[in-house]
Amino acid sequence: MLHIYCPYCEEMREEEEFSYSGEAHIVRPKDPKSLTDDEWGDYLFFRTNPRGLHHEMWHHSAGCRRYFNVTRDTSTYRIYETYKIGEKPIVTGEKS
Amino acid sequence: MTNRLDQCNRMAEGGRIDRSQPLTFTWNGKDYQGYQGDTLASAMLANGIKVVGRSFKYARPRGILGHGAEEANALMQLGEGKETIPNPRATQIELFAGLTAKATNGWPSVDFDLMHWLGKLGGKMMPVGFYYKTFMWPEKMWMTYEKFIRKAAGFGHASAHPDPDIYDKLNQHCDVMVVGAGPAGLAAALEAGRSGKRVIIADEQNEFGGSLLATKESINGQSAITWVEQVTAELAAMDNVQCLSRTCVFGYFDHNFLAALERRTDHQGMTATSGSRQRIHRIRAHKVVLATGAIERPLVFANNDLPGVMLSSSVATYINRYGVVPGNRCVVMTTNDSGYQTALDINGAGRTVVAIVDTRQQPSGRLFEAAQAAGITIKTGHAVIEARGSNQVSNALIAPIDASGENVTGETVTVSCDLIAVAGGWSPVVHLTCHTGSRPKWDETIAGFVPGDSDQDQYLAGAITGEYTTLGALQAGAKMGALVTASETSTSYACEDESVCPPQALYLVPHTKSVSRAPKQFVDFQNDVTAAGIALANREGFESIEHVKRYTALGFGTDQGKTGNINGMAITAKNLGKTIAETGTTIFRPAYTPVTFGALGGRDIGELLDPARHTAMHVWHQQHGAEFENVGQWKRPWYYPKGNETMQEAVNRECLAVRNSVGMLDASTLGKIDIQGPDAREFLNRVYTNAWSKLAPGKCRYGLMLKEDGMVFDDGVTACIDDNHFLMTTTSGGAAGVLSWLELWLQTEWPELEVYLTSVTDHWATCSFSGPNARNLLAKLCDDIDLSAEAFKFMDWRNATVAGVKARIFRISFTGELAFEVNVPANKGLYMWQQIMAAGEEFGITPYGTESMHVLRAEKGYIIVGQDTDGSLTPQDCGMDWIVAKNKDFSFLGQRSFSRPDTSREDRKHLVGLKPKDPTVVIPEGAQIVPHAEVTIPMPMLGHVTSSYWSACLGHGIALGTVKSGNHRMGETVYCPLADGRVLAAEICSPVFYDPQGERHHD
Repeated sequence: MLHIYCPYCEEMREEEEFSYSGEAHIVRPKDPKSLTDDEWGDYLFFRTNPRGLHHEMWHHSAGCRRYFNVTRDTSTYRIYETYKIGEKPIVTGEKS
Repeated sequence: MTNRLDQCNRMAEGGRIDRSQPLTFTWNGKDYQGYQGDTLASAMLANGIKVVGRSFKYARPRGILGHGAEEANALMQLGEGKETIPNPRATQIELFAGLTAKATNGWPSVDFDLMHWLGKLGGKMMPVGFYYKTFMWPEKMWMTYEKFIRKAAGFGHASAHPDPDIYDKLNQHCDVMVVGAGPAGLAAALEAGRSGKRVIIADEQNEFGGSLLATKESINGQSAITWVEQVTAELAAMDNVQCLSRTCVFGYFDHNFLAALERRTDHQGMTATSGSRQRIHRIRAHKVVLATGAIERPLVFANNDLPGVMLSSSVATYINRYGVVPGNRCVVMTTNDSGYQTALDINGAGRTVVAIVDTRQQPSGRLFEAAQAAGITIKTGHAVIEARGSNQVSNALIAPIDASGENVTGETVTVSCDLIAVAGGWSPVVHLTCHTGSRPKWDETIAGFVPGDSDQDQYLAGAITGEYTTLGALQAGAKMGALVTASETSTSYACEDESVCPPQALYLVPHTKSVSRAPKQFVDFQNDVTAAGIALANREGFESIEHVKRYTALGFGTDQGKTGNINGMAITAKNLGKTIAETGTTIFRPAYTPVTFGALGGRDIGELLDPARHTAMHVWHQQHGAEFENVGQWKRPWYYPKGNETMQEAVNRECLAVRNSVGMLDASTLGKIDIQGPDAREFLNRVYTNAWSKLAPGKCRYGLMLKEDGMVFDDGVTACIDDNHFLMTTTSGGAAGVLSWLELWLQTEWPELEVYLTSVTDHWATCSFSGPNARNLLAKLCDDIDLSAEAFKFMDWRNATVAGVKARIFRISFTGELAFEVNVPANKGLYMWQQIMAAGEEFGITPYGTESMHVLRAEKGYIIVGQDTDGSLTPQDCGMDWIVAKNKDFSFLGQRSFSRPDTSREDRKHLVGLKPKDPTVVIPEGAQIVPHAEVTIPMPMLGHVTSSYWSACLGHGIALGTVKSGNHRMGETVYCPLADGRVLAAEICSPVFYDPQGERHHD
């Protein structure tokens, strides 16, 4: 069971308080009508689903009700960081 | 004194039992005696009981193999009646007065078992994969076969009565969690405890000490037991240390979360006399020290499952800890030094060691010399290749083997004995490390798997790393204890010289015959897996160790391969010509040892399993005989039967009352979200399909909410309270999901919108009354607003005083009749309900439940999201294109998906009405819809029935359903074939069956 730091509550809390909310940083297109069906389909249905580092959204549903981002390794479940909506991840797996 | 004589294997002194406290217990219907401090296993062995059960597949007699969690054979049916517990190990059951136990299988008895006949035949007739191969055909017979197989082979049975005990769960937090209280764990806990950190130390046994409880070694110049007692006392005296004995850490989960089962009263009796019997500790630890020790491996030789073949370390434990010598004439077979200590212990207990049979060609060292000095016969370069005896060991066949351990090199001699102690080396208890996804790695130097790399903040100490000496364990424990508390130094320890002679890795003892022709050589006792069975599986092409496991059942069951896995993997590796490292290991999963369902459930059972939500009027519904329906966690009145009414009769009466006069529904469960802020209106425009820009205060509007894929997700009426203030209602079941959905968009995509959401579902109680007399009724209770149809229109809402209470009245309708919903603060809900019921008496007001609500709305073709829709219908599919705005500035959620090729095609399933051809028929909900009356297979499927009821006011059955291209098939006949053979015909029609012009609710 994961132990998650809520960046709004600024506390480590149990996974039971949170809900998973899918991949993070999926931006809704500004003008959906101008997109081709393929482009809209990509936005709707396609996710990276990596083995390894993953940026994902969680909801502190039984807590402060805020959505936030988590950088987690999907194979080890290690959480590298949590950060607020609108912020950028520090851990990206890319060489700096 | 007769009792002493009964305990034929009990030593006169020694051990950690209290001979002044004899305890009587019953095994298979006969009374025996043991002592306080015994386990059931030690007491059985003290009484000379050899056969404790029959094996799973071949029904062979089995005896006690081990002394703890590793025990594979001695599964008991403990206690009787409603208290009975299936399958605890005799080695882990602490003896108490009056304990009763019997074998879990064996018919008519464990000593004479009829199934054993099959087992004997099974030598040739029940190969590995027997069940797969034999009982797979014909497929439909499997259930019959399985019933028979389960009865014949099964282990214990669970009580069919409610559990008489209660169980608890406890959440714990600590800096350092130490698992295991042997030398390594105690040393670690001592170091951590002295640093002042919060420490929890848990051990599955009744007292701390682990291997030290059964050793004659010394620590720092005093007996090991003295050290254990001193350390345990020091730990117990520390406020920052919690000592949990009888507590098995059975699971190790992500981020250092551990689950441990504490057996609080199991040692006192079958049930707890007060408080909880067991409790689960849910422990979140900053750092975890695993000091879980090691389990001795048995050796695989012919008939090695005969009662009387035991683990060498277990024999030593019974002697030193329980004062029991489980045999008179003992042969010790060993591949390493540990067998020698057992031989010395047997010798010291005054029983005969026939021989130490050491598979190594040239052993040496302190223990070897001590055995020589004691005058014990040592046969080096030899092995026990076969045990013989009927129901128990009577002879051992001993033969010389070569250095590779693969061949018998000389004549076999037979010696008479009743106990064969086997020491096949040690397997670190890596189970917990596997639970978090770590894979064990093979360590050639110790010939065992040790924990692999882990992502947990975990530290290892002692035998789990292959460090098998007491001194090494103490030092490793102290070092890890210092490490986790960041202290510079750690306590040092001194023990006797424990220099060891290297062990031999021997996983299959050779026989004069080949593996397939020799008597059965058991690898996994609990699952009856033999070396020949593994060889057959390998020959048949099972090469992955995970496949071998599943085909042979190696490592299955409550045992989880504690004794058998390593030998089985090594045998597989050899068969395949690979190394053990290449073959790898299967993974151990939680739980380490079985956990009762009672403990897992804890207090979260019965009424506490799931919270029940009641509306403010719940008591009234109960008093008036309502039957209730679960809607999410809500308990909603379903219908209100009168007298001997059936459900259908009650629903007919309720529906007609609404159509002809007035009825009232408790609508409080509808989700209610208060939406405020300057951008509230724009927000609604984005999340609903229709336009909200011009909705004036005092007005309501129905809205349809979509997911981005264009599919209907929720619906409800939203009222404009003020320009910057709206009250949204959602479906009863969807309220929580809708709130999360709205929050998601506000917080992630549209943070520029200033909108505030508050769930007010429980704040308001809603009395919804419908029918031609609804206005007349309201007029009796409310005189401060104009109720006329012109002044208070359909889809208006008003602030008003009803029966003296400030209320919001919504003129909205889910029945198709003139209807009002009176909303008052929840604590006035019951009062308001009673006032309206009283005022409505003259109109014959009838309370109605969800079933009648469903009928009434279906007559009007109003959908219920989640019943008529299933996440695959667009508004157009539902025939609700009228609610989709075409020209909103913002591309609302889901809009773009309407033009996707799949959503815009004409042959999608559409929601339509279905009128049964036979007016007396009600088509079952869920019925499939097909184009032809003649049932042919395969048959094209058109859709299914989503809602179906008897309409009392129309006098025939009505249904809603999804049908391919349904909108273009009006008037066509479709068919619903049922499981009972009937085929019902129905005509596709408009879903609006009643008052299609909507005259009644506009009134």
